[in-house]
Amino acid sequence: MANTLISGPHTLASATVSRTMLWVMLALTPATLWGLYLFGWPAINLFLITVVAALLFEAGCLRLAGKRVKAGLFDGSALLTAWLLAMSLPPWAPWWIGVLGSFLAIVVGKQVFGGLGHNLFNPAMVARVALLVSFPLQMTLWTQPAALFSAQAPGFIDGLAISFGGAALANEAMHGALDAFSGATLLGDVKTGFSLGSTLSDLLPEGIDHGSMVIGYGSGSLGETSALLILAGGVLLVALGVISWTIPVSLLATVALLALLFNGINPERYPGVGYHLFSGAMMLAAFFIATDMVTSPNTVVGRLVFGAGCGLLIYLIRTWGGYPEGVAFAVLLMNALTPLIDHWIRPRIFGRDRAFRPLQVTSDVVSKEPSAKGEHA
Amino acid sequence: MKLFSFRGGIHPSARKERTQDLAIISLPMPARLYVPLQQHIGEPAVARVVAGDPVVRGQILGGSVGRISAPVHAPADGTVVEIIEFASPHPAALPVTTAVIEVSAIQSPWVAPLEDPFSLSGAELAHQIQQAGIVGMGGATFPSAVKLQLARQHRVHTLIINGGECEPYLTCDDRLMRERAEQMLLGVELMLRCLGAEQAIIVVEDNKVEALTNLRALCSDPHYSEPERIKTVSVPSRYPQGSQKQMIQSVTGKEVPAGAHATDLGVVMHNVATAYAVYEALVVGKPLVSRIVTVGGGAVPRPANLEVPLGTLVAELLRYCGLEDDNYERLLVGGPMMGQWLPHAQLPIIKGSSGIIALSEAETQMDLPSPCIRCARCVSVCPAGLLPLEMAKRIRKEDFSAAQALGLSDCIACGSCAYVCPSKIPLVQYFHYGKGELQARKQQEKKLDRTADLASSKALRVEAIERQKAEAAALRKAQMAAKKAAEAAAQELLLSQSKPEITPVSSEERGD
Repeated sequence: MANTLISGPHTLASATVSRTMLWVMLALTPATLWGLYLFGWPAINLFLITVVAALLFEAGCLRLAGKRVKAGLFDGSALLTAWLLAMSLPPWAPWWIGVLGSFLAIVVGKQVFGGLGHNLFNPAMVARVALLVSFPLQMTLWTQPAALFSAQAPGFIDGLAISFGGAALANEAMHGALDAFSGATLLGDVKTGFSLGSTLSDLLPEGIDHGSMVIGYGSGSLGETSALLILAGGVLLVALGVISWTIPVSLLATVALLALLFNGINPERYPGVGYHLFSGAMMLAAFFIATDMVTSPNTVVGRLVFGAGCGLLIYLIRTWGGYPEGVAFAVLLMNALTPLIDHWIRPRIFGRDRAFRPLQVTSDVVSKEPSAKGEHA
Repeated sequence: MKLFSFRGGIHPSARKERTQDLAIISLPMPARLYVPLQQHIGEPAVARVVAGDPVVRGQILGGSVGRISAPVHAPADGTVVEIIEFASPHPAALPVTTAVIEVSAIQSPWVAPLEDPFSLSGAELAHQIQQAGIVGMGGATFPSAVKLQLARQHRVHTLIINGGECEPYLTCDDRLMRERAEQMLLGVELMLRCLGAEQAIIVVEDNKVEALTNLRALCSDPHYSEPERIKTVSVPSRYPQGSQKQMIQSVTGKEVPAGAHATDLGVVMHNVATAYAVYEALVVGKPLVSRIVTVGGGAVPRPANLEVPLGTLVAELLRYCGLEDDNYERLLVGGPMMGQWLPHAQLPIIKGSSGIIALSEAETQMDLPSPCIRCARCVSVCPAGLLPLEMAKRIRKEDFSAAQALGLSDCIACGSCAYVCPSKIPLVQYFHYGKGELQARKQQEKKLDRTADLASSKALRVEAIERQKAEAAALRKAQMAAKKAAEAAAQELLLSQSKPEITPVSSEERGD
């Protein structure tokens, strides 16, 4: 009886942290399986390496901090962070990108802040940005999809060579083979083209292939290619109430509005709504990254502002920034603003106005006759 | 009638199905009753009987003292065996002065009062309600007469009767509204008379379909009520619908301002069971000596809605319902949301005990809290519009003023936040702790102020004494000087008369 909680409530909802994480992972599964199928053995290796490394780093940190290791591992947060990180990596990245990424995400991005719930920035995005800035070559080496077991796909052994042998860059013999697979992402292509002064119709004479973007048969990060599968998972989470609709809606709506506006001004220079919504990490960011509970605001209005801010920054970086994709930077910048948003935007307290002053006692509404209040004043 | 809504709230599973269709039955009179003299908020009643006194039921055991208090009556004929300090139904089983009554085999009947209660004035009605020891029976146990008097002074126009019963498991109010609605309506009528209010609105959650149908039929029956004077409205089932502020908002659309009272909005709220107690006291002549208690929870083999004499031990109720030997995981008084944990069953039923819930292991979650993931579900469900996660963070750091600045004192402790928390953080416990610390601090400050007051008044007093002393000394000096002058003058006179026999006594020789 010593540890019996004596304060109510004595009945609790069934939701737990691990169940929440589990639902998010379940929602990510279709897009992940599609990515692993599309990019074959090297992608599978990278995914497993990233996840296992993250769990080891998490366990080590929990041990060092003197916390419950098993409970910490089973809350699923480290697994989910690594999962999201892996999905945002180039699919054929070498093993150490996965390990270093997990270190950056779990140790630097999360545990040094105090572990689960205490980090200011989205750990997966911290890792992604740190890797991108430190290893631009490895982080922008994209491969054309070569579906698992297809003729041109590397076999299991070749996959190991690509992941662990540094084949992608060092091995001369493999280099030629790899060259055959490499290809820029749509966002990267268009960005480079624009910087050389081309117009959209020069770059994509047949127009934007929305179908490929939606289904996800193009080069890109491991798990970001299929907008449709990610959207399906995201909608499932919103429907189940695991995540709130606020951030996805405000983020996507902001990007869509900006794309619509600028596309209307100059369609040759500014691609349209579909191009922005279905490319790169947009869907993943809207439903799985910006919605990270720890690093996003805690009110409805705050989240709408946060989502809109992410959307605005993504559009700005994509359109006028130095990188073809701006999701990670946008999310991190808005993470930094989260404490400020939470400070400014709060719910109004019952019986008080927004300035914390008690409401004024006003005349009665239920009474049909004029109130008798004056008489006893 | 147009209804409104309130912010936040939750939908816990109601778990009322095991008892909602069971008629109220009277628990057989136990052999002994343990009647605490404090069953209400305010000053405890003072014993009017001593060990060995025979008592008849309805006799006053403890008289009310002070402005906020209520008398306690004997629930049965019998003998006062002893007056002892006995454990009360509280998580710490705090001992309170308790009259132990050996119950007689034969019980005398209740005698209806001679005068028609409907002929009494408002003040007389309030007085009789006070005399009957009636307190808020929804669990708050605030003396009803005090509340009615306050409302009379404020000339409230609307009496809201709370039939919400939004706590899971509890069905005692539901049964009352189904089985004893006519009597309860008489109680409402009497309260309306007492208040001089225009209308009463009985508010029932929409999951109590039969109670609603029953009350609606009676309210529209001119035999029972003037048309439109008493109305029954249905509100959506959502916890904490039965909380006073939330229910007032549901009915009037108005928020009770922070620090103000319902009466400032011209409304007052009483529970259905309180209205029924008013009927029993004023019409039947039976003061508040029994109440209806739902005995439920997964550990109870035969749950029931029991009419129980106050002072009956919880163990007797459990035994009656088939539960022996503490065969439960957790025992509660009241509902599982805001009810209190009981350390054991040897505790008496009191005026505010609406339910005895014995939870089974399957119904009890004992997860250790994990870190807050800022999911903010607590923010979206908080009916008070607070930021529970932020307040808990401040209280954890012992920064109580910061928690207060976030609105800690506006927390109604409904527990919605802790209910939805996926990290199982005991938020309500944090808030109780924070409020307690703030209260202790306030008292400490008061004490310091009082000490400072006393110190400064002492200084003033000392100063006054010194001043008086100085004045007296000055006076004496002056008098002495005058005397000396007079003596000198006398001597001079004598000298001038050349009769130097008399020598003046020097001051040294006089003073001792």
